[in-house]
Amino acid sequence: MSRAGLVLWRLLQIVPTFLLIGVTIFVLARLLPGDPVSAMLGDRASDEAVNRLRQQMGFDRSILTQFVLFIEGIARGDFGSSTAYRIPVTQLIGERLPVTITLTALATVIALVFAVPLAFVAAVKANRWPDFLIRGVFQVGLSSPVFYVGLILLTVFAAWLRWFPVGGYGETLGDKLWHLFLPALTLALSFSAIIMRNLRAAILEVLTAEFVDFARSKGLAQRIILFRHVLRNALVSTVTLVGLHAGSLLGGAVITESVFAVPGVGRLMVDSIFARDYPVIQALTLVLAVVVSLAFLVTDLIQMALDPRVAR
Amino acid sequence: MSGGPDPILAVERLAVTFDTPRGSVRAVDGVDLSVREGEILGLVGESGSGKSVTLRGIVRLLRANAAVAGRVLWKGADLLAASPERLQAVRGREIAMIFQEPMTALNPVLSIGTQIEESLVAHTTLDDAGRKRRAAELLDLVGIASAKVRLAAYPHEFSGGMRQRAMIAIALAAQPRLLLADEPTTALDVTIQDQILKLLLGLCQDLGMAMILVTHDLGVVAETCDRVSVMYAGRVVESGPVEALFRHPRHAYTHALLRSMPHGGAARQPLVPIPGQPPRLDRPVEGCPFAPRCQLVEDRCRTVAPPFEPVGPAHAAACWASDRLAMAEGTA
Repeated sequence: MSRAGLVLWRLLQIVPTFLLIGVTIFVLARLLPGDPVSAMLGDRASDEAVNRLRQQMGFDRSILTQFVLFIEGIARGDFGSSTAYRIPVTQLIGERLPVTITLTALATVIALVFAVPLAFVAAVKANRWPDFLIRGVFQVGLSSPVFYVGLILLTVFAAWLRWFPVGGYGETLGDKLWHLFLPALTLALSFSAIIMRNLRAAILEVLTAEFVDFARSKGLAQRIILFRHVLRNALVSTVTLVGLHAGSLLGGAVITESVFAVPGVGRLMVDSIFARDYPVIQALTLVLAVVVSLAFLVTDLIQMALDPRVAR
Repeated sequence: MSGGPDPILAVERLAVTFDTPRGSVRAVDGVDLSVREGEILGLVGESGSGKSVTLRGIVRLLRANAAVAGRVLWKGADLLAASPERLQAVRGREIAMIFQEPMTALNPVLSIGTQIEESLVAHTTLDDAGRKRRAAELLDLVGIASAKVRLAAYPHEFSGGMRQRAMIAIALAAQPRLLLADEPTTALDVTIQDQILKLLLGLCQDLGMAMILVTHDLGVVAETCDRVSVMYAGRVVESGPVEALFRHPRHAYTHALLRSMPHGGAARQPLVPIPGQPPRLDRPVEGCPFAPRCQLVEDRCRTVAPPFEPVGPAHAAACWASDRLAMAEGTA
């Protein structure tokens, strides 16, 4: 399949995914005990007040009617308004989504910056002390819970050393990245351990490939053999792994954003679930589904660029 | 082609020992070989006889668990003692290698053109345009049509025979003086095998290049080689001009090997397979390693290893039954 064909086909595939997730999340949100009105007014509100607000917001209608209205809205590009923030959902997510995307992208970059060179060293020095040291340190990273690592980084680098802000988000790009660095590092830690282990194994496998012997027999420099012949082949499987982790990275952002008070969609999701903010929960789930689908698409495109056999 | 000037390659007492979890394995045990300018040497033997390891040992293309001893004299200097820089300069530029399975020996993610050009970058001073031109010439040389277009192709877009041709083109990029060919036709269809052999022969003649051809196919040796060395259990057991060795084998193993393969000749004789298995190489072999399978075995074969001795012009064998073989040939 050609590159353009693949892109088009994958974009089309997002449509049924979108619908399926739409139905599921619509039902799931309503299966949560309580509703937006009781969440807003609290348990001491009078039945009359609750009923009035419920009518006002359309929650007195049948689930089916609500669903039809929901789908109609999406078709018009209208996801409704947040019941908690009283502003359009599109505006709310529009403000928050870039924060989370930046956070996860920064986390991915940090993870790769740590993992790729160290995987290389570990593989080339396999089963000698640099390998054991690198694997040992990453093992700690892999087995530490995200919230715990976050709190430690926060205590050491923000509270004690004051190198980074304790939380929040900046105005300029540099300021934003500075604010996001610790949360991104937290998010990157276990991710980089996964990448490192995968890439190390992939490099070790490629090192035994006959084309590496052939490259050696041609009298190429070690540097060229490692980077052009070994790394490129090893990265093919690692790219897949990174792409597949886009979803869990967004999941990790929920915890990280809560620990570091980052105003992203992860925290918004948690808050919205507590507030039974149906429109936000629904829209956010759908948007994240699209983001993950697009991440998979980008993964495939990178893989096509790395490995000509993928692009048939 | 025998006789003549000094060899360009002389392998002396080459030994390769692999350190494995189950103990050390002596895959090559004191091999001597020599190749003269432009000569084609066949290296034959069963799987596991150490012929590929010998070939890889010449340019030190062995895994880290391999210990290499002996000398590999290339134009008089020992490659086993050479610095990594010197070795890198010899590999590809002076001694190149081709492998059995082109699908795994070619890098799947690099175009054929890239894989030729990187050799040119390493060993020549050609500029970008010059390298492109030379790469196209090389594909043309190995018989790949519309070479210019094919440079952009990837290995998986080629057929098996084409891949082997492409691998030869890559190996020849820097005009080596010696080509190490490790079973270059074994993975190919019979019809293609012949084409590739003819191509290799033609290239050796046209470029004045020497070749060591590793194969388990005696027919291939008969067709292509000037001289042949027969390997068994990590040792060279017989070595000589192809004609003499095939007509008058002076080692019981060579004799048995020749009887186990079909001849194109007129008188049909039943094929005689060699019974048994080669010895394990993880313990020292006492006496002649072929003794347990040998039809001509005598008592001393089991205890004393026969010396590798001249048996004719440029012909040598390590067999206690050598004289009996010669007499049997004479009376037959």
